[in-house]
Amino acid sequence: MSSITGIFSKEAVQEKIHEPKPYSNPYLVGIGLGLVLLAAFIIMGRGLGASGAFSSLVAAGVQQVAPDHAANNPYFKEYIGDGSTNPLKDWLVFEVLGVFVGGLISGLLAHRVKKTVEKGDRISVRNRLIFAFIGGGLMGFGAKLARGCTSGQALTGGALLNLGSWAFMMMVFAGAYGMAYFMRRQWT
Amino acid sequence: MNAPFFKFDFFSADFSLVIAFAIGIGFGFALERGGFGNARILASQFYFTDMRVLKVMFSAIVTAMLGVFFFVAFGWLDLSLVYYTDTNLIPQVVGGLILGVGFVVGGYCPGTSCVSAATGRIDGVIYLLGVMAGIFVFGEIFPLIEGFYYSSNMGRVFLPDYLGLSYGMIVFLVVLMAVGAFAAAEWGEKKMAAKSGGVK
Repeated sequence: MSSITGIFSKEAVQEKIHEPKPYSNPYLVGIGLGLVLLAAFIIMGRGLGASGAFSSLVAAGVQQVAPDHAANNPYFKEYIGDGSTNPLKDWLVFEVLGVFVGGLISGLLAHRVKKTVEKGDRISVRNRLIFAFIGGGLMGFGAKLARGCTSGQALTGGALLNLGSWAFMMMVFAGAYGMAYFMRRQWT
Repeated sequence: MNAPFFKFDFFSADFSLVIAFAIGIGFGFALERGGFGNARILASQFYFTDMRVLKVMFSAIVTAMLGVFFFVAFGWLDLSLVYYTDTNLIPQVVGGLILGVGFVVGGYCPGTSCVSAATGRIDGVIYLLGVMAGIFVFGEIFPLIEGFYYSSNMGRVFLPDYLGLSYGMIVFLVVLMAVGAFAAAEWGEKKMAAKSGGVK
């Protein structure tokens, strides 16, 4: 008997070890994130970002495939510079590499790394991935128009009391809440 | 203390990339801890079932804002050397709307999708490809929308100057607003949980 219960409890322990841990308290996470942002202001004199790194990546890609075309495009040219340095040797590119690593470390520690597709029950995987691509496309375009995304505008500009960032932030929530009804099948 | 350190040449531009990587790790770690590598958690913000996005975002903004305010008040930080973008009101309003729609359609924003992809989410990987496609399209049609992109430029606009209130007063009002938003979020979550019979 004792050996059976022994096995049971051992299995139960193992299951518990591999179970994904619950997410942390959002207020504590926010304070932690705020301190990271504050460190960026104090050490670097700039805030966080994300979409800018992908602009550098896209510009570098266009430069590789069609160097003349990239040099003639006023937008990509800004990211490529005068050609003396690699466009990927950029602050935001290194910061975003860190985001991947930091996210992975946290995910591994909490057993939350898993090959999966996040979606509601009422949508197929294929359609969810199509929406992910379209949503990403809108986000990429919108972030360029707004001069930054949730990190570069809402968080950074929000903490620095930048007028444009606050206007931007309100509009992000307005756009998302306005669209939520039409996307309910994807999530709920 | 003379901050920002980088602007006072405490270290080289090359070393700033090491700092970028370290700060990025902190950023990614915090996002994952908050549950932001998961599109369902992010999206539930827009169905009022889990207000984590609002709670994390506003507590982060308030923390960093208070930090900056006190560093400036103590004379440790020169705010004029901290970079933020000019305000181009109309393009930023339109960009924000597009971004908001993209948020609920795609389930992520660019930063959170990196964490999502890093923790194995296929939708996060596809989303990132979409982001790059969107940036590529923007770059390609940029000559056509250049006029709009640079329209309604107001320069560098600091909210206290714009509203004619003191820095401290605006900080106080933002804290007040955040506390109100947190209370509303907690109340709303309880209400939604009760509505769905306590099942979440």
